[in-house]
Order: sequence, then C-alpha cells, then structure tokens
Amino acid sequence: MSERVLEDGPRGAKPTKRLSRKNIILYGILLLVAIYYLLPLYVMIVTSLKGMPEIRLGNVFSPPVEITFQPWVKAWAEACTGINCDGLSRGFWNSVRILIPSLVLSISIASVNGYALANWRFKGSEVFFNILIIGAFIPYQVMLYPIVILLREIGLYGSLWGLVLVHTIFGMPILTLLFRNYFASIPDELFKAARVDGAGFWGIFLRIMLPMSLPIFVVAIILQVTGIWNDFLFGVVYTKPDVYPMTVQLNNIVNSVQGVKEYNVNMAATLLTGLVPLIIYFASGKLFVRGIAAGAVKG
Amino acid sequence: MQEVSVSVRKLDLSFAAVTVLHQLDLDVYDGEFLVLLGSSGCGKSTLLNCIAGLLDATDGQIFIKGKNVTWAEPSERGIGMVFQSYALYPQMSVEGNLSFGLKNARVPKAEIEKRVARAAQVLQIEPLLKRKPGALSGGQRQRVAIGRALVRDVDVFLFDEPLSNLDAKLRADLRVELKRLHNQLQNTMIYVTHDQIEAMTLADRIAIMKGGSIQQLGSPDEIYNRPMNKYVADFIGSPAMNFLEGKLDNGVIHVGEHAFPMAGYDFVDANATGDVWLGIRPEHIATGNSTSSAAFQTTVEVDIVEPTGADTLVLANLAGSPFRVRMDGQARVRPGENLVIGINPASASVFDRHSEQRL
Repeated sequence: MSERVLEDGPRGAKPTKRLSRKNIILYGILLLVAIYYLLPLYVMIVTSLKGMPEIRLGNVFSPPVEITFQPWVKAWAEACTGINCDGLSRGFWNSVRILIPSLVLSISIASVNGYALANWRFKGSEVFFNILIIGAFIPYQVMLYPIVILLREIGLYGSLWGLVLVHTIFGMPILTLLFRNYFASIPDELFKAARVDGAGFWGIFLRIMLPMSLPIFVVAIILQVTGIWNDFLFGVVYTKPDVYPMTVQLNNIVNSVQGVKEYNVNMAATLLTGLVPLIIYFASGKLFVRGIAAGAVKG
Repeated sequence: MQEVSVSVRKLDLSFAAVTVLHQLDLDVYDGEFLVLLGSSGCGKSTLLNCIAGLLDATDGQIFIKGKNVTWAEPSERGIGMVFQSYALYPQMSVEGNLSFGLKNARVPKAEIEKRVARAAQVLQIEPLLKRKPGALSGGQRQRVAIGRALVRDVDVFLFDEPLSNLDAKLRADLRVELKRLHNQLQNTMIYVTHDQIEAMTLADRIAIMKGGSIQQLGSPDEIYNRPMNKYVADFIGSPAMNFLEGKLDNGVIHVGEHAFPMAGYDFVDANATGDVWLGIRPEHIATGNSTSSAAFQTTVEVDIVEPTGADTLVLANLAGSPFRVRMDGQARVRPGENLVIGINPASASVFDRHSEQRL
C-alpha cells in the first residue's frame, strides 16, 4: 500500500474562536447579571465595615476608608431589642436550639416514611402518599390559626418545642416525597436479596438503604437547615420573645424605632443571620446537586 | 420415584384484575436442575418470586422439603436466590456480602468464617474477599451473588436470569461453571431464563411457560423432539420450526400439490385426521447426497442465503409458505437456484390446526 499524503487545509480538531461575537454577547450578559445580583451583597459588606460618620457621607458604593469591626461586635453582643441588650447572640442560640431537634426529628421520620412508601407497599399506601403530597400545596397561612389552637391544647404554644413540632410537620410532605423517590430509584432486587438474606424492615433500612443514601440526606439537611433557619412567620407566630429565633430578632433590631438608625449594625446583623445557610451551601453544594439529580431520576 | 423438593400446588396469583399465574402445578425433584423457560411476561419470574416468598400467592400452596411454606418469610424457606442484576450490597465488601445473611440468622462467628471461606474456595473468589462490588467485573459479581446463596447452606437455589447481564462469551463460561457447580453440590436448582440455549444445556427438565401456565414439562430431549403443542415447537429451536398448512388424510399429509406420506411418524392419535400443521425443523431437512434416503423429496427455489460460518441458512418457498433450510456451512447455494431437499416423517411434528396440540 502506498504512503498516504495529507493535503493542505483543515486537519485534526476544529479550532474554536474565543472572541467570537456570540461569546462576547454571552459572557457580557452573564457578567452584567452577576454584578446586578452581587451588588446588594457588596453594599452590605462595605457598609457593615464603615463607621457611622463615614456612612453619613452618603457614598453607598465606596469602599470603607477606615475598616472597623465594631458594628459586627455590636450586632452580635450589644444591639437592643426592647429591654434586652445582648445582641443577636441570643437569637442565634435560640435558632440553633430550634434547628437541631427539628432537623433530626423531621429527617428521621421522613426517611422512614419514604422507605416504607417506596419498598413496603401496603394497602392504601398510595392514598396515604397522595394525601401527604397535597399537604405540600396548602398555603401555610391557612393553617396558622388552627395550629395555634392545636399547640395551645397540647400545652406547647409559645415554647421552643412547639415550634420544633411545627417545623417537623411542615417539612414532612416534601421530605417524604424526596426520600420516597430516592428509595424507589434503588434497584428492587437489592431489597429482595436482603429479604432472602433474612433482614427485616429495620435491618434493611439501617444496613442496606441508609449507607447508600448519603446524597439524599445531604439534600434533606440543606433544605431543612435553610428553610428552618430562614423561617420568620412560624417563629413570630408560635414563640415568645424569650425564644424568638434569629430572624425575628433581626427584624426587631432593624425595625426598632428608638434612637439613630445604625445602618452598619443592621447590615452586620443581617449578614450574621445569613451566615449559616451560606456556609451550608458552600460546604455541600456539590453533594446537593448530585442528590437532587439522583432523586429526580424516578418519580 | 425420586423425592420431591419443591412442590407448587394449584397456585394462583393475580394483581387486581390481571391474572399472572393460573392454577399452576409443579413438582421439582430433589437434586434436579429445573429451568423455567418462556418469553417475557409469561409469569416465570413471578413463579420464582412466589417460591422465594417475595410475592404472596392469591391462592394455592407451596411446599419445600415437605413443609408448607406458603406463609413463610423468604429467609425461613431454605432457599438462596441469585438475581439478574446481581443485587450485591454496594457498601459492603465481598466478605460482608457473603456473611450478611448468616449474621442475620445469628450464626456463630467461627462458623460464618468457615462457610465464607468454603464458598470462596468453591467459586474461586478468595482473592476478592476484601474488595467492594464496584471493583469487580460482571462475572466476578455474579460469582459473589451465587456465593451469597451458597454460604447459607440451603436446599434450593433460585436463579432469576442470572446470566442475562453478561456478554456472550462470559455467559457461555459461567454456564459451564453453573453446570459443574450443580454436579458438585447436587442441590435442587430452579432457573429462570428466556434463553433457550441456557435452558437446553443446563436443564434436567424444562418447563415452558406461557400466559401463566406451563405448556410442557419435560427433558430437553422431549421438548425438542416431541413438542406437545405448536407454541412449544415454535419457541424451541433457532431458526424456528417451519410450519406448513396441510390436510391429514389416511396417514398422508397433503400440502398444496405435495403429499407427505407420514409412515414412521409416531402419532399420539393414530386415527387423527383433518386440518393440521406440519412442522419440520430447518436442521432436519436433508440436502445434497443424503436426500436420496429421505422418505419424501422435492425441489424448492432458493430465495435468500444467510451464511453464518458454521451453517448456511437458506430461505426458500414450499407450497406458498416461507421455508427455512439449515445447510452445512461449506454448502454453496445462490438465490434463484433450485435446491433438492428431503424430509423424514420421523423427525417431523404434526399439530391439529385448531387445538394446536400434537397429533
């Protein structure tokens, strides 16, 4: 066979043009949108690091001339709401004490729910599931007052545990759906094999299913942490000032009418409140996307 | 008479309005390798799941080793099961997979180790014990899945299409190994497949299923040579059996202008007459020099030739029906040529046209 000769002209991989008109428009728009979206955050950070005299100059976008962390300290430990002047820290710890039990309770119950609905079909399980899902579409406002009465009757109204119960109930539909779909995507034969191997309801759940479901647990944790942490409505309705969660306290600090508006303290307080969901997102963003995708494969 | 190991009696299973199994009776003998064969949706896997206890029957009974296990949990039935997707627990090592069932049954630790070691040795997976299933090849995974049934020291092995996920070469290898394993262990094995080669090579007996009932139960030889109805005849054999519409009259079948004298054919009903299907397997048609010894000879026109190496398949036309002939791989025929063929009634099958039962 004769030697093959390559001719002049296109050869190998097709070259891509970086600075094509399409790319310029595309990245230009992306950049613009990103700036638009990040600008408020920038203003907040910059303002929280300025002293009040500098803020009064009115240059909202200028970086601080003299960086001070005093507003952050004040927001955390000294800001006043009503007669209490111990800052946001109290609200933070309240929120933590509300978050942890709500998280553990809602996720443990919902994961078992989802597992039972996906793998142990019982008579009426579909009906039960549908009723539960309808719960996800009923506006919270409709249930506000009935739950006040309910909590009053069982003696939990105004307490931290009352709010924990409310968060657990309202997390149930969406979390159950999430877990059910995830467990339904795990091959049925695995479940059958475990039954042949003599594992029961809890044995299969704890030793076969749980070790395989880290992604979906991460999704559930993120959903619940951000949801519960950012909740304002339930916090303000079902608790008393002593146990107000951080968001409610933040509102009270920012909206307090007496004295001078301390914009730097308000900004710092707001940033502090948003810190927990932010950290959760950054720490687990990758797992979050994977879990959402995994749960979505089979419905 | 051999002892019965698994006995299924008048088993019914229906999901809502759909009947999957209907009044099914089946006895599997001790140490027998029984294959449930059928196309998808025939109920073969459902039957296996019922025997395993993974599905509850609507009616009927199941006995294993003489014990009524109709209501027993899968783990109490003395069965081990191997699945198509292997179904290994991904987070456990091979060793963990093998010992999981034993731990659930609270077998002493020393005994677990002994049994795992023995199973690993039988299946030659000793070097893999510490690995996770994700780090194994398909063939290795299926061995572990078999091992999981093996360690439990059960009376009955259930296989649900265990080789379907493997490539052709590996499938052939594991098929031989399964046969060797059965010779070695002498356990009762019930094996579900849709692959007739697997069924013919592995089985002591084959049960051909269709629409939730067993069409024929017999040795591979009986199933192949004496199919009891047209469905079985059509299902077994590749390429499929040729069917010619004919009329049986006084021991002669008339197909178009041809007349096939059926002398030498073992009739079930010697007085049968009327409309029939004459079934002839493509590989039972004589060509070339051997046609002269056949009871009936004719000439067909070659339509399409399919060389496969070992054989050459010829699609021809006989009395208006498509007609396949399997020839030697070295045979040279071209489309349009005339081919002389010979047919022996002893290797043919005759079915009633209406009941489709063997005559």
